[in-house]
Amino acid sequence: MNILVCIKQVPDMESRFKVNGTGDWYDEADLAYRMNEYDEYAVEQAVQLKEQLGNQPEITVLSIGADRVGEALKKALAMGCDKAVQVQDNDSARKDPWQIANIIAAYAGDKDFDVIFTGMQSQDRGSAQVGVTVAELLGHNCASTLVGFEYADGVVTAKRELEGGVKSVVKVPVPALVTCQLGLNVPRYPTLPNIMKAKKKELQLVPVASLLKEEAATGTEKLYPPVKSGGGIVLEGDLGDVADRLLGILKEKTTVMK
Amino acid sequence: MKALLVCEQREGKLLDTSYELVAFAERLGAEVSLVLVGKEAQAPQVAGKLYLADVDKYGEYSPELHKHIVVAAVLKENPDYIIFPHSSYGWDLAPRVAATLRVGQVSEVVNIVDGKLEVSLCNGKLRRTVSPKGARAVLTVQAGAFNYAGQKSGAPQVEAIEISQGSSALQFVGYEPAEKKEVDLGRAEIIVSAGRGVGKKENVAVIADLAKAFGGELGASRPVVDAGWVGHSHQVGTTGQTVSPKLYVACGISGAIQHLAGMKKSDFIVAINKDKEAPISEAADVMVVADVLQLAPVLAEKLRAA
Ligand SMILES: Cc1cc2nc3c(=O)[nH]c(=O)nc-3n(C[C@H](O)[C@H](O)[C@H](O)COP(=O)(O)OP(=O)(O)OC[C@H]3O[C@@H](n4cnc5c(N)ncnc54)[C@H](O)[C@@H]3O)c2cc1C
Ligand SMILES: Cc1cc2nc3c(=O)[nH]c(=O)nc-3n(C[C@H](O)[C@H](O)[C@H](O)COP(=O)(O)OP(=O)(O)OC[C@H]3O[C@@H](n4cnc5c(N)ncnc54)[C@H](O)[C@@H]3O)c2cc1C
Repeated sequence: MNILVCIKQVPDMESRFKVNGTGDWYDEADLAYRMNEYDEYAVEQAVQLKEQLGNQPEITVLSIGADRVGEALKKALAMGCDKAVQVQDNDSARKDPWQIANIIAAYAGDKDFDVIFTGMQSQDRGSAQVGVTVAELLGHNCASTLVGFEYADGVVTAKRELEGGVKSVVKVPVPALVTCQLGLNVPRYPTLPNIMKAKKKELQLVPVASLLKEEAATGTEKLYPPVKSGGGIVLEGDLGDVADRLLGILKEKTTVMK
Repeated sequence: MKALLVCEQREGKLLDTSYELVAFAERLGAEVSLVLVGKEAQAPQVAGKLYLADVDKYGEYSPELHKHIVVAAVLKENPDYIIFPHSSYGWDLAPRVAATLRVGQVSEVVNIVDGKLEVSLCNGKLRRTVSPKGARAVLTVQAGAFNYAGQKSGAPQVEAIEISQGSSALQFVGYEPAEKKEVDLGRAEIIVSAGRGVGKKENVAVIADLAKAFGGELGASRPVVDAGWVGHSHQVGTTGQTVSPKLYVACGISGAIQHLAGMKKSDFIVAINKDKEAPISEAADVMVVADVLQLAPVLAEKLRAA
């Protein structure tokens, strides 16, 4: 069996984002990057599938982006993927989901992956498009938003999460692509020996131009911080003082403090 | 401008997001037609043409078939926009339709600004306007962003739609209902919720103690539930419970849209967060910038002394 996992590297969402000089992007300086949270579940599920099948399958992990994505790829290798592919693109953040999906589909096209894992969405933009589009382009069966995954005899039994805690169960024959939702499993922490082992695993570099033949289908006009609705009171400073002020406000403005 | 709205139903009930699409199309100033895989009895009560495919024949969840149904309606209507709710149904189906038609997709539109589609990014810390490049585009619309204020009394003009594709490779097995609730947050007057910012399982007790000092219930954001620190019935948000207590205290919660959707109707919202810019500040009546693990015990003690 052949498995592919697609991962995106995203800025830490607790960063301060500043709009750049041209107003169509944010300043990348000073940002810390990490693996998209949803993709950690994708990597973990791929590794669990490999283990279930007696470590027979080979897992390729792929990320499109600048050299810094190497860090995210290394983490995936340390979690148990076998080899990594970096599609080299210093401008990947400005590609639209259609182009990202086309790059992945072009890479996967002749490699006969039985199961492809992606995140349900990215944390920074969150289009929730790339995975499903890749499946369409490859003609693979696809189910999105998985909170449960089981595999037996060429069929994935997927538990999809719907709204309000309701789930739906669907059987997906391979070749299949599934998009992973938060809580699907418990992603493992890479152990030190596995981090060392990962250093010896293969990292293949593929120039983006060899895979991308599509123009963007959407474009950004303008990037800006949201308009502040204001109104909220901000309290900061000495803890005791803050607590007193907060309780004073609650006594005045709510009916629940007797 | 013409818009084709892809409505959704589940187990015999039309979902309200279908009306939110109508509200969005009104904001666009678009002429509306609708498509639904369902039953005539569930048809949205609005004027306009409704393409109806029988759910008994095409299934509750067989996205390959639903895709062909939407595409068939597109070929009849020639819409500029094909619009889905950004829901588990919409985000699963929309990219399939966009790829089949080879048109661009703009996901989770939150607003229309100067005629442009606005989307949110980086957990609500930034916004951007996006334009599809071609003449036609697929859109998904954020749940709750557009409210339908009109009457639900119109009668659509129904036209049955059939496709030649017969079977789905995916086999829909069935639904699993939401887990039974240990706590009914819906009735609580005060909810104090723990987010990932509390750091670890042991620290949830600090927030639970604050909830107790307030005389309220303990709520949680999703990561706290996913990590197994508290049970699912404590989860507030789109995939948990929707609550509107008199007081909601969010401790170490950033304010992702899926969390906000579950608590923004609370009468009074206090956020305790060490990041002043956290998106929860937009929803909060009081934003306390502090380490919640330090503040919570102080606050609990003062509440008990009062
Ligand atoms: C501030 C900002 C401005 C942007 N401006 C533009 C612009 O002007 N024009 C434009 O076209 N696009 C722009 N983008 C990029 C675009 O919105 C997406 O980030 C990108 O196209 C991927 O889509 P997504 O992150 O929404 O993916 P989703 O569909 O949400 O991602 C789902 C999954 O796809 C996989 N995936 C996504 N990206 C990658 C990757 N790089 N490598 C491997 N797997 C991946 C992962 O498994 C991920 O979990 C901008 C992004 C940002 C943050
Ligand atoms: C389809 C879908 C459905 C979802 N449904 C839900 C749902 O029902 N409910 C839900 O909650 N989420 C849901 N999510 C997840 C949601 O997108 C967010 O990932 C989640 O709400 C984030 O939880 P959080 O705010 O606790 O964590 P984070 O976003 O990680 O935020 C942690 C916050 O804590 C602050 N912090 C850190 N340390 C401290 C400290 N010591 N003191 C004070 N503050 C601190 C940080 O500044 C940060 O703002 C859903 C996502 C998807 C895609």
